Amino acid sequence: MINGIWLGMILIGFVFAAVNGRMDAFTAAVFDGAKSGVTVSFGLISVLVFWMGLMRVAEDAGLLKKIAKVLGPVVSFLFPDVPKGHPAIGYILSNMSANLLGLGNAATPMGIKAMQELQTLNPDKETATPAMCTLLALNTASITLIPATLIAIRLNYGSSDPAGIVGTTLAATAVATLAAIAADRLCRRLVMLRRPPGPPAARSGDPARGAAPFQQSSLKG
Amino acid sequence: MFQLISLISAWAIPVMITFIPLYAFTRKVPVYESFVEGAKDGFGTAIAIIPHLVGMLVAISVFRASGALDFLMGFIAPALKGIGVPPEVLPLGLLRPLTGTGSLAYTTDLISVHGPDSLIGLIASTIQGSTDTTLYVLTVYFGAVGIRNGRYALKVGLFSDLVGFIAAIAVCLLVFG
Repeated sequence: MINGIWLGMILIGFVFAAVNGRMDAFTAAVFDGAKSGVTVSFGLISVLVFWMGLMRVAEDAGLLKKIAKVLGPVVSFLFPDVPKGHPAIGYILSNMSANLLGLGNAATPMGIKAMQELQTLNPDKETATPAMCTLLALNTASITLIPATLIAIRLNYGSSDPAGIVGTTLAATAVATLAAIAADRLCRRLVMLRRPPGPPAARSGDPARGAAPFQQSSLKG
Repeated sequence: MFQLISLISAWAIPVMITFIPLYAFTRKVPVYESFVEGAKDGFGTAIAIIPHLVGMLVAISVFRASGALDFLMGFIAPALKGIGVPPEVLPLGLLRPLTGTGSLAYTTDLISVHGPDSLIGLIASTIQGSTDTTLYVLTVYFGAVGIRNGRYALKVGLFSDLVGFIAAIAVCLLVFG
């Protein structure tokens, strides 16, 4: 799907640029896009370096395992394939709480750290596991208590009640998150159903291994 | 309630940055060395994301600059105008999953033109705040660990964006309309 969207955007862009006579804009856009890709990645360096350093301190202190043990049950129903007390749970929880507090630049490094931990449990390093998809779903919906950026913008433009959108945002983001969790659950089920018959005890083993080649061939087209 | 949450938001990072090393120190962790060791991974991770982000942002940038996005927006807006939704906010539904800066710029523009307390300004703020940029999150998170086959993750992300968009409009019409 990602291949289709990527190619589709470029193809449609080409056709529209041709029709609208914007070929020079097309070329400029390519290099603008490339530049902002590098700029954004470079912008992430400082944040990633700092938070990954701090997270290592937390991990070495056994803090993440402790968090995973205490709060793990809260999220374990979302991540049934991640072993109890695994550090990934600690990172997932940190990522979720950072999102909740609207701390975007802390949430991303923790989410990436969580992905890296989930990757260690992944038998096929190029295909996402169900747990990775769930983590991604939670982050795209990104439930937020305080939309800080927007409150600041509204304040700037002289709103009489800059925080007036907190309630509506919370409601909308909660609905989006629930939809993401539900859709993720459904897809997970469907993938399981499509698997070739194998040992049903997928809990402790690696559920993706049997399904991986199947998955790839069925989604690539 | 709002004040309490913003207070927690403001305190969370300083408290973490102070508490984690302190706790680690009591556990006899060589805190500075441990920090530097972990921080080394950050650079490599950021660099690993570059190809993914460049590829994705080029495609999005081309799509916007060619006029394709404007065309699509012009196509959708009249279709939904009939149900009492201000058509100005509809392009946000398309823009939000694709580009965070693009949709933020559009939201800011709507707020400056129509006012932050207008229905349009309120809906736009709510849409902007309620979901994250799906394509960016997918690119960065999967790019960082080298996942190439994201399975159903994109579909789930886009679906939740759509639901969030509709929910934002519905809630705002209900509360402010």
